[in-house]
Amino acid sequence: MSNLIVSYAPHIRSAKSTKQLMADVIIALIPALVASVYFFGLPALVHTVVCVLSCVFFEWIWERAFKLPSTIGDLSAIITGILVAFNMPVSAPYWLGITGSAFAIIVVKMFFGGLGSNFVNPALAGRAFMLLCWPVLMTKWTVPDFTMSFVTDAVSTATPLGVLAESGQMPYSYLSLFLGNIGGCIGEVSALAILIGFVYLLIRKVITWRIPVIYVLTVFVLTEILGGDGLYYILSGGLMLGAVFMATDYVTSPMSATGHIIYAVGLGVLTVVIRMFGSLPEGVSYSILLMNIVTPLIDTYTKNRIYGKPKTGGKSHE
Amino acid sequence: MRLKTFKGGIHPNDSKELTKNVPVVPHIPTETIIIPMRQHIGAPCEPVVQIGDEVLMGQKIGDSEAFVSAPVHSSVSGTVVDIKMYPHPGGGESKCVVIQNDFNDTLYPDIKPWNLDVSSKNIKNFVANIQSKEIVDKVREAGIVGMGGAAFPLHVKLTPPKDNPIDTVILNGAECEPYLTSDHRAMLENPLQIVIGSLLIKKAVGASRIVIAIENNKPDAIKVLQEVSSDFEEVEIGILKTKYPQGSEKQIINAVTGRQVPSGGLPSAVGVLVSNVDTASSVAKAVVMNLPLIERNVTVSGDAVMNPSNFKVRTGVTFASLFEAAGGFKVEPKKIIMGGPMMGIPQVTLNVPVIKGVSGVLAFSEPETFGKEEGICIKCGKCVDACPMRLMPNALSMFAENSDVEKLKKYHVLDCMECGSCSFICPQRRFMVQHIKKAKALVKNS
Repeated sequence: MSNLIVSYAPHIRSAKSTKQLMADVIIALIPALVASVYFFGLPALVHTVVCVLSCVFFEWIWERAFKLPSTIGDLSAIITGILVAFNMPVSAPYWLGITGSAFAIIVVKMFFGGLGSNFVNPALAGRAFMLLCWPVLMTKWTVPDFTMSFVTDAVSTATPLGVLAESGQMPYSYLSLFLGNIGGCIGEVSALAILIGFVYLLIRKVITWRIPVIYVLTVFVLTEILGGDGLYYILSGGLMLGAVFMATDYVTSPMSATGHIIYAVGLGVLTVVIRMFGSLPEGVSYSILLMNIVTPLIDTYTKNRIYGKPKTGGKSHE
Repeated sequence: MRLKTFKGGIHPNDSKELTKNVPVVPHIPTETIIIPMRQHIGAPCEPVVQIGDEVLMGQKIGDSEAFVSAPVHSSVSGTVVDIKMYPHPGGGESKCVVIQNDFNDTLYPDIKPWNLDVSSKNIKNFVANIQSKEIVDKVREAGIVGMGGAAFPLHVKLTPPKDNPIDTVILNGAECEPYLTSDHRAMLENPLQIVIGSLLIKKAVGASRIVIAIENNKPDAIKVLQEVSSDFEEVEIGILKTKYPQGSEKQIINAVTGRQVPSGGLPSAVGVLVSNVDTASSVAKAVVMNLPLIERNVTVSGDAVMNPSNFKVRTGVTFASLFEAAGGFKVEPKKIIMGGPMMGIPQVTLNVPVIKGVSGVLAFSEPETFGKEEGICIKCGKCVDACPMRLMPNALSMFAENSDVEKLKKYHVLDCMECGSCSFICPQRRFMVQHIKKAKALVKNS
């Protein structure tokens, strides 16, 4: 009894630490991983393992080199690794994933101070880096291969959005798009698998519905207004993966409900503009990176109205 | 029916099942009773007795000239054996009157038995025929303070500024702190006293409406009070959503009336008086029996306690005697808390006396819930969602780390009431409340 602990209240804490939240995100990514292995064969899994190990390694070596406390225990590097792999075509060489992971972890995450201090999503910045430096390797698509062979020998093809941008044709059925029987990056093809992960994240209260749902709805509505096929657009490309797993990144998305709405609508508008009017077939990654940069500004203008303060719109903190 | 609530808040595991069905039993006062002169917000009392004096149960032993203060009384009959500084459960030390209990419980002559017939007609007559001033005077003389924990002298609340008439009295039966069940048991066991107390408070301030507000995790208490209050048309039962900090004064006002107390203001500014349910029952006893506040319900709980219990406890007995009465400890406690786990005050010793504001004493064995290290903010925004004052705890904690007084002011750090919701929810286990406490001191001293 002589050693009673004295500390400030509160004396109880929520069960959800960062590690547990991150573990939930990893669990939510598993359906998409299973789908990618089903459609692309074992190389999809090898890519994922390579990127995860690289990300964890780079974070560990950086913190060791600079004598910083190790943060690999928070599991966030594992998520970055999975997402870097998910954003690559399965035909890419393995060294590309290692390079992308190094850029994501060292340049985007650790240069700025680690988890919480990065201003854009590390995995997406890694993807943008790979796309700029090795555009050919990053856009060599294969049709899904059902043989589960270790070596991908499937024929080259184009993504649904690639075909649409090139020729204006929509060669895939909605069902194929929904299930994932299409060309594309490792983790983005199966809308179904991603939605299973989304439902899990909602049930576990890791994220709210706002950003993914509003983002996807904005893309759908805007595409329809501009004369496109909304359903085809939302089921193809990286939209589902981006909306559920990357736009919702805590660090780089706004904090308030109003902020979520502005951010998600902004994402939708940018995505549709890039897809329909830009020279690129796909715009999800750049949309999210751009809106990541706008996030601090959104946070500044969407503060809650403080209890007991008169109604003055968004300027309650002034 | 739509549940009343406020924006923000958290849902901790309430852990009330340990004691919510355990009836209140009297705790036998110990041989030595230590009565602190500081048991309330405001000026501490000075002893009005001397060493060697014989005192009776309910006799005033300390008082103060100050308006914001409340007299203290002996909770037993016996002899004053010492007047000295003694450890205080609120931290530090306080001047205390030490009484040797003679175990006769000889009542002070002013105190009468409960002689009020409890038919509703009779209660209405009694309330109609008593003067407001008499109620306020009796409440002051009885030393009644808010028993929810803050211990603000009630007679001060009963004399609001002239330009702020009170129209609504809210009886706070939310009891939103986990583990605590002392108010819950009071509502189940003394509902009529609570209703009578609320009518007296309403009469004292000239209000028109009484809302007894209870969280919906206490359906039995809601039912009992609905039945007991059905004859009194001015009393309504407000059913609140179970959420922490629903029992916080500003949040319960917002939930029940939709009004918001202005920043830095008192509830009277929006025409509301909030009082704890057990306080109301003390008001009834003070007015009907002249009985001062010398005993109260205390929950003794936590994972280290052998038999978690609810006791009727005299002020001045030690925490140690409460744990002893609850069967002692089944494992060695690592932390002892006065109050609930969200805002309670940790103790360095068990040899501190029970004071008027002690709703519970808890003993915990689990060290991992206390956390030694914090991470950096990952901007998840969970604290922003949780803050019942709608502040940005994440930003405040970082400004506090940088001692940025200008930013702290701009982000209204002084509106924080330290409910702990942000610390509770933070996945990085940041010490939000500590940072904000430091920040408040910085701003106040700037």
